[in-house]
Amino acid sequence: MKGLSRRRLLQRAGTGALALAWPGLDRRPAWSQERPALVPGLPAGVYDTAILDALPGKQPLIKLSYRPPNYETPVPYFKTAITPNDAFFVRYHLADTPDGIDPGHWRLQVGGEAAATPLQLTLDELQTGFEQVEITAVCQCSGNRRGWSQPHVPGVQWGPGAMGNAVWRGVRLKDVLAKAGLRKEAIEIVVNGADGPVLDRTPDFVKSIPLWKAADENTIIAHQMNGQPLQHFNGFPARLIVPGWTATYWMKHLITIEAVTKPFGGFWMKSAYRIPTGKFPIVEHFLSQMTDASEPITEMVVNSLIASPADGAQVRVGQAVEIAGIAWDAGYSIRRVEVSVDGGSVWQAAELGPDLGRFAFRSWTYQFAPRTPGKHTISAKASNAIGQTQAASLIFNPAGYHNNVVRPLAITAA
Amino acid sequence: MRGGILAAAIALLQCAAAYAGEQPVLLKDAPGHDLVENNCASCHSLDYPRTNAPFMDRKTWQAEVDKMTNVFGAPIAPDDAKAIVDYLTKNYGTGS
Repeated sequence: MKGLSRRRLLQRAGTGALALAWPGLDRRPAWSQERPALVPGLPAGVYDTAILDALPGKQPLIKLSYRPPNYETPVPYFKTAITPNDAFFVRYHLADTPDGIDPGHWRLQVGGEAAATPLQLTLDELQTGFEQVEITAVCQCSGNRRGWSQPHVPGVQWGPGAMGNAVWRGVRLKDVLAKAGLRKEAIEIVVNGADGPVLDRTPDFVKSIPLWKAADENTIIAHQMNGQPLQHFNGFPARLIVPGWTATYWMKHLITIEAVTKPFGGFWMKSAYRIPTGKFPIVEHFLSQMTDASEPITEMVVNSLIASPADGAQVRVGQAVEIAGIAWDAGYSIRRVEVSVDGGSVWQAAELGPDLGRFAFRSWTYQFAPRTPGKHTISAKASNAIGQTQAASLIFNPAGYHNNVVRPLAITAA
Repeated sequence: MRGGILAAAIALLQCAAAYAGEQPVLLKDAPGHDLVENNCASCHSLDYPRTNAPFMDRKTWQAEVDKMTNVFGAPIAPDDAKAIVDYLTKNYGTGS
């Protein structure tokens, strides 16, 4: 079929693993479509389109689009610092997604013009041929909270749940690159996954990271999340983990890694996933991809989320309510979370939960017993160890990235 | 129209690849509806325009359709593209 990508045809010819991977799994029929509890402030169209829907192997998540699948994690799942695998958000750019990947046939090609000894790895070789390491890290879509942009901007209209935190297990990217004979001329590492476009002419989703980030000991190729093989929709059998940086670099269904000597010129680097240069408080920049006007999005900004109670919850006067949530940043360490129960006038320190590592969600709690009936406006604000804190007002940008504005919610005491 | 037919054929093929649970996403029945279904649904489900509503004006919808044709290579004839922008602006946009 002219126009259909070659990869799609090859995949269809090469894999019959779908039925094995998802025996008997089916989703609920249309008549049982349930509306999710959504945060306020999203475009109106989200409220009459988003449904709760379970992809194979997943809990019902907030379905924003079927094809490619974009599914958001509902806020209550963030009451815990580790996000369950079956509730972990799903994000694809292009609809030629792999139906299922046979781990026995999967291969990872490592090469490129700046690799002296290119190699090919099986899953078994990846799991046994290198030192296995673990890191707990937040995977957050660059566009998380885009739906809260004011004015609204086009794109997947994510609320706050296009993120998750997991214990990732795998091998250091730098160890794999060393085995491929990385040359000193390399400046970027280009990664591609098994997903691709429906039409040949659509730019495949391919990304690059600077060599120094690829060589960071925390950057790994993961084959497990939270002690289990990667979920299919989260990148089975292997994905890139780039702690501190947004999920656009965390390539799923990883199939090629290439060391290159020139800045990678693909659409998804040169035109997409960019922020206005100098507009955000960013420490790590991707210099070889930077221009005076814009630069690739890199690290996450410091942020927090109130996971409980829900916006609009009814509580009792005089009865203690535990306000609970999470905070995270790009790996500089959450120093404190402050909570206000009076609309932002007075802030008090929340109690921080266990430290799961500097790239992880940090849980926090705050006890509040409303003394008066009526509406109480609750806000949380996180700060990190390098003095960064959440924005008081939106730093607008056309793609709706980096929204870390303090976001109040209201509960009613009676 | 050839592009539309090609896209429709691809859409049929793609239906086989969509997940078992994908339900049809209905769009408002208005002039241009079929063009949107035939040209857009081959590459993505139609919950995209539904969720990106109603905040986009004509200029913004035009930019989206231009991106689909010029960058993503969607085979949409110029007259069809114009009708699609009209439909989206009127039914899933600010109206003007």
